[in-house]
Amino acid sequence: MAAIVKMQNIVKRFPGVLANDDISIEVEEGEILCLLGENGAGKSTLMNILYGLYHYDKGEIFIKGEKTTFSGPGDAIDKGIGMVHQHFMLVPVFTVLENLILGSEKVKGLSLDLNSSKKELEAISDKYGLEIQLDAQVSDISVGMQQRVEILKLLYRGADIMIFDEPTAILTPQEIEELYKVMQSLRLLGKTIIFITHKLKEVKEISDRVIVLRDGKLIETIDTESTSIRELARMMVGREVLFRTEKPEVETGREILNVKNISALNKRGLPALKGLSLNVHEGEIVGIAGVDGNGQTELVEVLTGLRKISSGIITIDGKDMVNKSSGQFLDAGTAHIPEDRLLRGLILDFPIYENLLLGFEDKAPFAKGLFLDFNKVRSWAEELVKNFNIKTPGVNVNAGTMSGGNQQKAVLAREFQRNPKVLIASQPTRGLDVGAIEFVHERIMDAKKEHKAILLVSLELSEIMNLSDRILVIYEGEIVAEFNYGEVTETEIGLMMAGGEDK
Amino acid sequence: MELLIKLFSITVFASTLRIATPVILASLGGCMSERSGVINIGLEGMMLMGAFSAVVGSWFFGAWTGLLLGVLTGGLMGLLHAFMSVTLKANQIISATAINIMAVGLPNILIPVIWENHYGISPTVPVIADINLPLISSIPIIGDIIGHQNPIVYIALLLVPLISFLLFKTKLGLRIRAVGEHPLAADTLGINVYRMRYIAVTISGLLAGLGGAFLSIAYQSQFSSAMTAGRGFIGLAAMIFGRWSPKGALLACLLFGFADAFQASAQSAGVPIPPEIMLSFPYVLTLVALVGLFGKIALSPAANGKPYYKG
Repeated sequence: MAAIVKMQNIVKRFPGVLANDDISIEVEEGEILCLLGENGAGKSTLMNILYGLYHYDKGEIFIKGEKTTFSGPGDAIDKGIGMVHQHFMLVPVFTVLENLILGSEKVKGLSLDLNSSKKELEAISDKYGLEIQLDAQVSDISVGMQQRVEILKLLYRGADIMIFDEPTAILTPQEIEELYKVMQSLRLLGKTIIFITHKLKEVKEISDRVIVLRDGKLIETIDTESTSIRELARMMVGREVLFRTEKPEVETGREILNVKNISALNKRGLPALKGLSLNVHEGEIVGIAGVDGNGQTELVEVLTGLRKISSGIITIDGKDMVNKSSGQFLDAGTAHIPEDRLLRGLILDFPIYENLLLGFEDKAPFAKGLFLDFNKVRSWAEELVKNFNIKTPGVNVNAGTMSGGNQQKAVLAREFQRNPKVLIASQPTRGLDVGAIEFVHERIMDAKKEHKAILLVSLELSEIMNLSDRILVIYEGEIVAEFNYGEVTETEIGLMMAGGEDK
Repeated sequence: MELLIKLFSITVFASTLRIATPVILASLGGCMSERSGVINIGLEGMMLMGAFSAVVGSWFFGAWTGLLLGVLTGGLMGLLHAFMSVTLKANQIISATAINIMAVGLPNILIPVIWENHYGISPTVPVIADINLPLISSIPIIGDIIGHQNPIVYIALLLVPLISFLLFKTKLGLRIRAVGEHPLAADTLGINVYRMRYIAVTISGLLAGLGGAFLSIAYQSQFSSAMTAGRGFIGLAAMIFGRWSPKGALLACLLFGFADAFQASAQSAGVPIPPEIMLSFPYVLTLVALVGLFGKIALSPAANGKPYYKG
């Protein structure tokens, strides 16, 4: 088969980073090609270049044998290239129809000709079996449907080279199955698909060929059939990877966190938690599984004093914690790994030592009357940096300049230093690469060995399933199912995450 | 009873329209700019510059040329705001504040240069005269309210559905709103975010310039320093009050205009309330609008105020 896309010797530099270092790839017509690599390996950058969104410093691109330069995505679209971005490129307050036509509008006189666009779109969605409500507002439709809208957007523009950037990250297992089917049928209809992922399982399940990137360099191009998950992992990370964190046997002790029938509103004033109950014991990891936006964020906020509840009971080690401040939660023995470390974990413009001090600034030995003893703070910070293997030139470096993995290590270092009774870990490995994930998981297991009570909230189902002693499934602000470790399959949990079969 | 009739007389409603006109034009300018994602608190200064240029134009070439010059000057101010906030990615509040400060200072410098021995106030210039609408003016009551007005009043009222159509029914409007909500999404579809914002902010300036020209060569017949007296800001409040939609903003402007007309007529009717309190009425209403006491707090376009950086 002929190469439909050829990228030769692509070099792309961002300030301080060589994102793509002389990468050459070929994509064959009608194949599903996986672009595999850790976060920061340069996969998305390479594809954003192909889509015309980024300019590149060096290299050549050939589409269908023709040398091409793009001044913007408009040119790429004209060449038949389409991209489903990791974060959907949809305007939430627009209707599905408006989002679909944006940039390729049909007009009648001065005004938009919505009706003829609508007819055409209905025909395309029928042809590819993509069920879509054209008149719904995007903010009201499910994530799965939003993705179908994105796919339809490409088809409407006549794309025959379709790039999917980590499309499964936000889907339930069932929705992933659906997506695979759609991708297979697209291929049967002659489309070429490039699939960006860092999940090895997906590579094996869907692709014909794999291209592995690491640190901005091309590592390997290989037929999927002739390789194994273990081998792919080694190519991706550059060393052998343990796939399962050793789960220590720990006797669970008394109940530390007890939550009964709590209700709370989200930031838009709508009910987010509806009579939710759970408890966590000493030495126990309780995992909360669920699709994003089902109350996880609000639950974590409630349990760290960042959001008020309208009814219900919260106790930590027997102490009433209803509507107490975040400081009081800290004093009661809570540590918090927030879901967004950039927003709530760290102050990016502060140096590391000040970030590590947060929450300790009024405590001995750092606080001395009105003043802080910065010598003590610094030496303490240096010790934490060593213990947690935080890679940084020094403690005076601003937190914002560190890599995601090292930032998360800093958050962990500070929170574990509180010697908490209960650890609230919200998406602790979000956006981290395999190595950093391993580190975080080991630390969480260490906390379990130290008899901490741990509540783990994560959108990564495999993380929940590997680490948790008990798994609770959250759906629309309620716990709808509870399973013990090893007693449930991903499919069963996936069903519950989507609200159950008969609902 | 007699007092009530006096207070709610036809004159009050007719002057409501007149008073509301510059505010309507400013609020339409606000809708344009902010729907594209550029906050425009510079409307006040754009109006002021428009008002000044209109007087200069009218002095030298007559009222209609003055009007054109006022509008174009507003557009130029819009272009300047777009350049600072879109191309240079300056903080939009600061960029607009600079325009506001400049608009207070520049006319004061230029007035004595153009007209000797004039400071802060221009001489009287030709104005755009009121007109009679042939059929409508003969209808009782309605004719008395809208039948005999300034052409710019009619233009402003006509611009409300026009801007509404532009924003919500045309290709350009869809694209402008898209870059105001999610510029990256628009960019991925081949839409030039910067161009859309330039267009929208420039139109915003043209509208503000028209509002300013109305003030100086229709509502009054001269320019005086800072004569807009916060109307640009009230227009902005009306836009928020009207949830960033031209029609909603129109209603808010009419409400503000009525408050103003009402206090004027109440004063002349000798209502025993201190004039200071009456005069503050429109501004109090603006405050109320801004804190969103009517209904829930309005949501602005998602990308409003955020410069867009291309990769």
